[in-house]
Amino acid sequence: MTSLQIVFLIIAAVTLASAVMVVTARRLMHAALWLILTLLGVAAVFATLQANFFAVVQVLVYIGAIAILIIFAIMMTREVMSVTGPRLNRGWGWAAAAAAGGLAGLVAVLSTWQGFQTVLEPLPSGSVGVGALGEAFLDPNRFAVPFEVASVLLVAAMVGAIYIAVDRKVVEEQ
Amino acid sequence: MIPLSWYLMLAAALFAIGLFGVLARRNAVAVLLGIELMLNAVNINLLAFWHRSQQLSAEPHVTGLVFAAIVFAVAAAETAVALALIISVYRRRDTVVVDELDLLRG
Repeated sequence: MTSLQIVFLIIAAVTLASAVMVVTARRLMHAALWLILTLLGVAAVFATLQANFFAVVQVLVYIGAIAILIIFAIMMTREVMSVTGPRLNRGWGWAAAAAAGGLAGLVAVLSTWQGFQTVLEPLPSGSVGVGALGEAFLDPNRFAVPFEVASVLLVAAMVGAIYIAVDRKVVEEQ
Repeated sequence: MIPLSWYLMLAAALFAIGLFGVLARRNAVAVLLGIELMLNAVNINLLAFWHRSQQLSAEPHVTGLVFAAIVFAVAAAETAVALALIISVYRRRDTVVVDELDLLRG
């Protein structure tokens, strides 16, 4: 076993353990903090895949924006978040069965695929630059349309989120 | 050096954990955290397969990277709208427990 494999196993163990804490933590703020550790682990997995750009974007976008947004939302609804009572549904056994069944099904289907044991070799340097990605995104014959659609989606989501979350009573009083 | 199967197993486990969170948690924000875990699992898969297609051919492949970038954008949009909905529901109903949000029940 090479050192890279040992590093990968450590990263995977940390990621999965903190993911379990995300879905089982009693206090929601703790779940959000465990989510940050999970996202960091996923960023490290991206780095082992030599997707360096996405490892950075994972830290910037997921941890820097999404996780902070979630923590803000938790703080704004704090009285409800500290509510006593069960943190899981009555039917959580069915949910666990569905998740375990889905995992077993995925592994069973994947293990029949002939490329399952492919070993990922290190890519030659220069073949994984972000320059090629940027050119593909701006080339009208390739991915310019999905790129623009993603921009429109982000603007629409931003406008929609402001419209939904605005407090009408406060606005009307002014 | 790392087999593709390890990445796929990690992503499948992360997806299953997220699925459990979505189905079992009572708090709407906790459900959202489960969705984030599932999206991350999908991204691991996309980038692992991108690496595989990259090492199988000499030409640069960017399709997998484009997929992952789009997933990032959609995840950011989805989180913003979902949190706005949760805050709006909290203002009107004083709860974020998904069991109690049964306005559409027949």
